[in-house]
Amino acid sequence: MDCKLEINEKENKVMGKVNGEVDAFTAPDLRDQLLEVELKKGMLVELNLEGVSYMDSTGLGVIVAFYKNITAKGAKLKLTHLSQRLQRLFDITGLSGVIHIEKEGAVGDHERI
Amino acid sequence: MREFDYFEMRIPSKTQYVGVARLAISGLANRIGFSYDEIEDIKIASSEAITNAIQHAYPEEGEKGEVVVGCAIYEDKIEIMIADYGKSFDFEHISKKVGPYDENTNAEFIREGGLGLFLIESLMDEVKVLNDNGVTVFMTKYVAREQVKEYVETDTF
Repeated sequence: MDCKLEINEKENKVMGKVNGEVDAFTAPDLRDQLLEVELKKGMLVELNLEGVSYMDSTGLGVIVAFYKNITAKGAKLKLTHLSQRLQRLFDITGLSGVIHIEKEGAVGDHERI
Repeated sequence: MREFDYFEMRIPSKTQYVGVARLAISGLANRIGFSYDEIEDIKIASSEAITNAIQHAYPEEGEKGEVVVGCAIYEDKIEIMIADYGKSFDFEHISKKVGPYDENTNAEFIREGGLGLFLIESLMDEVKVLNDNGVTVFMTKYVAREQVKEYVETDTF
């Protein structure tokens, strides 16, 4: 069980990929890694969640904190490649109405966790 | 014969064991014949309750206790009990304050915590909380009717 963030920074766009299980144990680590992203006004941060095999409210809390931080800095956040499970989690918590989630390219839930 | 099988785990109050407990519970749910989605719901709900017990009951270092997780395995349902013996919180009071976010909420007002209890109530069929010298959360999930099938020996998880 781990949770890893890969960051690719280009011009005014940051691409991040989160991998693994995000729970009470790994969420603080993800939070710390996201805090290291240098945010600038007008920047677009794209977070690819394709590799997330499990997430609960602790992970959602980290995403929410990141979103708030990004918004406060005048940057934008986009979440991409959510599994059906993850999309459902964002839907029932109402977060999908607040945070921009790219629906295109959504992956099916064919992989066992 | 008893109509259910009972499992119990005593987990040290450390977050690194939440994943272990979650995996064990998903194995039990698989045995009963829950669908993939139902098992994922059960995994999230149990993790939320265990995380809650760890973070709220034993907040200070050096005050680490145990969280007891009991699972009753029936033919068509699973009952999960999660108990801590630490500092209790007022579930009724807290559950009134939690809920889904609203599209019109400003970014600065979105809470970062408090979604756990809301998720437990959304993902399980029945949730009861006993607040007596510690908190015990009882939650039940039923196998969707058409999903009930004969127990099959499997090693897919």
